[in-house]
Amino acid sequence: MNDYAADDAVPEVDESRRKFLIAATAGTGAVGAVLTAVPFVASWNPSESARAAGLPTEIDLSRIDPGQMATFFWRKQQIYVVKRTPEMLATLSNHDGELKDKDSEKSDQPAYTKNAQRSLRPDVLVLIGTCTHLGCLPKTRFTPNDASVMPNWPGGFFCPCHGSKFDLAGRVFEGSPASVNLKIPPYSFPADNKLVIGVDAAAEKGAA
Amino acid sequence: MSAVIEGKGGFRAWLNKRLPVDQFIADQLTGYYAPKNFNIWYFFGSLALLVFVMQIVTGIFVTMHFKPGETTAWNSVQYMVREVPYMWLIQPMHAVGASFFFIVVYLHMARALMYGSYKAPRELLWVIGMLIYLALMAEAFMGYVLPNGNMSYWGAQVIINLFGTIPGIGPGLVEWIRGDYGIGDATLTRFFSLHVVALPFIIALLVALHLVALRQVGSSNPDGIEIKAKLGPDGKPLDGIPFHPYYTLKDIVGVGLFLTLFAIVVFFMPTFFGLFMEAPNFEPANPVSTPEHIAPVWYFTPYYAILRAVPDQKMGALLMAISVAAFLFLPWLDRAQNKSIRYRGLVSKLLLGMFFITFLVLMWLGLKPAEGLYVMLARIFTALYFAFFILLPFVSKADGNGPVPERVTYHAH
Repeated sequence: MNDYAADDAVPEVDESRRKFLIAATAGTGAVGAVLTAVPFVASWNPSESARAAGLPTEIDLSRIDPGQMATFFWRKQQIYVVKRTPEMLATLSNHDGELKDKDSEKSDQPAYTKNAQRSLRPDVLVLIGTCTHLGCLPKTRFTPNDASVMPNWPGGFFCPCHGSKFDLAGRVFEGSPASVNLKIPPYSFPADNKLVIGVDAAAEKGAA
Repeated sequence: MSAVIEGKGGFRAWLNKRLPVDQFIADQLTGYYAPKNFNIWYFFGSLALLVFVMQIVTGIFVTMHFKPGETTAWNSVQYMVREVPYMWLIQPMHAVGASFFFIVVYLHMARALMYGSYKAPRELLWVIGMLIYLALMAEAFMGYVLPNGNMSYWGAQVIINLFGTIPGIGPGLVEWIRGDYGIGDATLTRFFSLHVVALPFIIALLVALHLVALRQVGSSNPDGIEIKAKLGPDGKPLDGIPFHPYYTLKDIVGVGLFLTLFAIVVFFMPTFFGLFMEAPNFEPANPVSTPEHIAPVWYFTPYYAILRAVPDQKMGALLMAISVAAFLFLPWLDRAQNKSIRYRGLVSKLLLGMFFITFLVLMWLGLKPAEGLYVMLARIFTALYFAFFILLPFVSKADGNGPVPERVTYHAH
């Protein structure tokens, strides 16, 4: 039983009430849809085991001779660790004019490695071995004056894919397709001969 | 239309009362009037549909033997082509089919550029087609990554890293796409899901929309004039003929030629001189050894050449994205009155010719190492590529308004 059936009157539609209800229903539905998307989107993040495999890596530096490089894997990336000799360090200051980013202003590295040697300790260079151009692996060309790389070559890295050249601090030379220096991962030295990749020097307790 | 359904008894009438089969055939084929002056450029729409169906069918069978994953993918492909009966044929059909898909789609798009098929009222038809092209690029990229060969691995490395150049969210986005800190199991299994389930569904839906939009506005033609403007006493376009039987029969000729070429490549040159399948992809993914020279498959190389032409990586990635997206805006960049290149001036013809040549040269440059003269050329042709889109509004407005014929030009055979 309703009122308007009896007297045949057309009921008045409350337009603003109808608009409000439509907006409220649509709004609630939209919020629900967005919230429902969260688990699906989040499922693409690295899994627990992928994260665990990305935990810090410990490296024994006594196994690397001065002037040599060793490579390690951390987070599916190659990590280059070079023990630089004083002669190698001396080459760094001779070609400032030929570098694209000599002070590493545009490059990606932890704050504590943004210095002339791009390292926490001058004798140990730690780099991510992925060319900043398109991701190839730069090769070592440590012998100075290797004319096959370029005239007056100070020693460093050469990417075979597209010819990017980096010095012994991973700084990119002019004329390379890469525009920034090689990246540096977070790292620290808990002991004199012990290098840890993935833990910042500033915060030895927490993982990066 | 209703006459088609009535007047028939038995099973056909029973069926049509429940499912409008005859109505559908009439709407889509026998009652759909297409311009009578189609030339060979009009093969490629139906051929694209054919390749799509072929990829679905061969893909279903490849999926039966393929095991996605870092350690299993490569071996399962080797196993299927060496040991499973006839998979030596079906797997290369799928791989070569991807290249043929792009050949057909590029020719289909070139047709639209020549005859102004994207112009009003066909803007949405063009935009939907471009969305198909984008979905197809994603589909092809993931398909190329799945076998986890060394070029799969390093190509994916380069392409996924491009997302890292997006300011702010870049690095996190890259990790989210891969599901790991590098390309691994998580990346390959999600690409498998997208390649086999999500994207084929999306492409099928877009193809259906493309066809619905085409039926709504009608096909364009080499003269670029609307056949609906001249109707006969029966209300049908004077210059139109029913799609079936006239164009279904014509398309069968195209299908025959196409399948002949396809079979020659599949049987005698499946790698097509290292273009359809690249040499480094005949060894498994190796994270410690980059191929001498990373190049994507040929159908991506024009954009890759643009990416590498720019000395700054962020700018390069941005320009590459714009170079793909620019096609979407063609209907609004082209301000000519006439659609077809036949009735446009010399400057328009030269501009379009320059663009076709530029696209092919960039395609070639993307396959070459980025050094010396190649870099210089890539920069020049990148500039020419964008010059086309920048000059088109002005050239088309000044140059595209000549007289057009009343009726389509047609010579009976």
